[in-house]
Amino acid sequence: MFNDRIAFVTGGTGSIGQAICNDFIKNKCSNIFSSTTNLDKAKNIDDQIKFINLDLKNITQDHLKEKINFEPDFLILNAGLNRDNLFLRMSDDEWNDVMDVNLNATFKLVKFFLKGMVKRRFGRIVFITSVVSFTGNPGQTNYTASKAALTGFCKSLSLEVASRNITVNCISPGFISSNMTEKLSDEQKNQILTKVPMKKLGNPSDIANTASFLCSDNASYITGQTIHVNGGLALI
Amino acid sequence: MSDIEERVKKIVVEHLGVEESKIESDSKFIDDLGADSLDTVELVMAFEEEFGCEIPDDAAEKIVTMKDAVSFLTTNSN
Repeated sequence: MFNDRIAFVTGGTGSIGQAICNDFIKNKCSNIFSSTTNLDKAKNIDDQIKFINLDLKNITQDHLKEKINFEPDFLILNAGLNRDNLFLRMSDDEWNDVMDVNLNATFKLVKFFLKGMVKRRFGRIVFITSVVSFTGNPGQTNYTASKAALTGFCKSLSLEVASRNITVNCISPGFISSNMTEKLSDEQKNQILTKVPMKKLGNPSDIANTASFLCSDNASYITGQTIHVNGGLALI
Repeated sequence: MSDIEERVKKIVVEHLGVEESKIESDSKFIDDLGADSLDTVELVMAFEEEFGCEIPDDAAEKIVTMKDAVSFLTTNSN
């Protein structure tokens, strides 16, 4: 399905990132690049995925010019950071780090790649946001703010570039069995499951399937939207 | 007409689909030649490619008319 297409997925060593990359492999994407700060972990992943070492907290356009020599058709901004804390206790660093990785890095990467997409008159940009940015979640003012910001960003950008055959959409995952939710205690997990009508955590492949759909020709008339993949946890 | 002006006109005709006879030195890309704001960004990208130069965003924002484009490129092209 994706022959001759080049994909770039940030955070490809995470559970959702890996699943997205694997789905692109399954769909015969010719080149899949991913960014990570964990090159060691990347070594144990399918070597069809080409990892570059990129610290999303600290990127400049010059930095990107050095490290990047490809022009993706599919840009999946999946890397995300959380530094949870009660707002009254939240440090400047906890706030800034999350904004830098989740929001500001997205700004820089889209800016870097968008010109190419406009020139080629083709692009599929997907932001991975989160159900909690719609429902709120105590302890995550920084995370939810950054993800909600991506929603606004997606809407405005989609309107700017729609005429150039570039779609920009968000996928808002609910509770997905992943490295992020692994950290929750059994008690927390059970509590969450009582709120999920489907009574189970989602799979990273649920998100990957949605990403592949948004990149496919079948989704070419969909832009500026958020697809919620949360087992009915929140109906937005 | 200078060579630069010729080349700029060619790019504008190609990108905006306007007739060459309708383009004057004072023609504004958006108001007179039917460009939208994304067209002007694409025009600047095309000028960069044709003239082998980089046009920083703040300079690009000031290129509003044919005259602006020709003047910038006369000073800055390779």
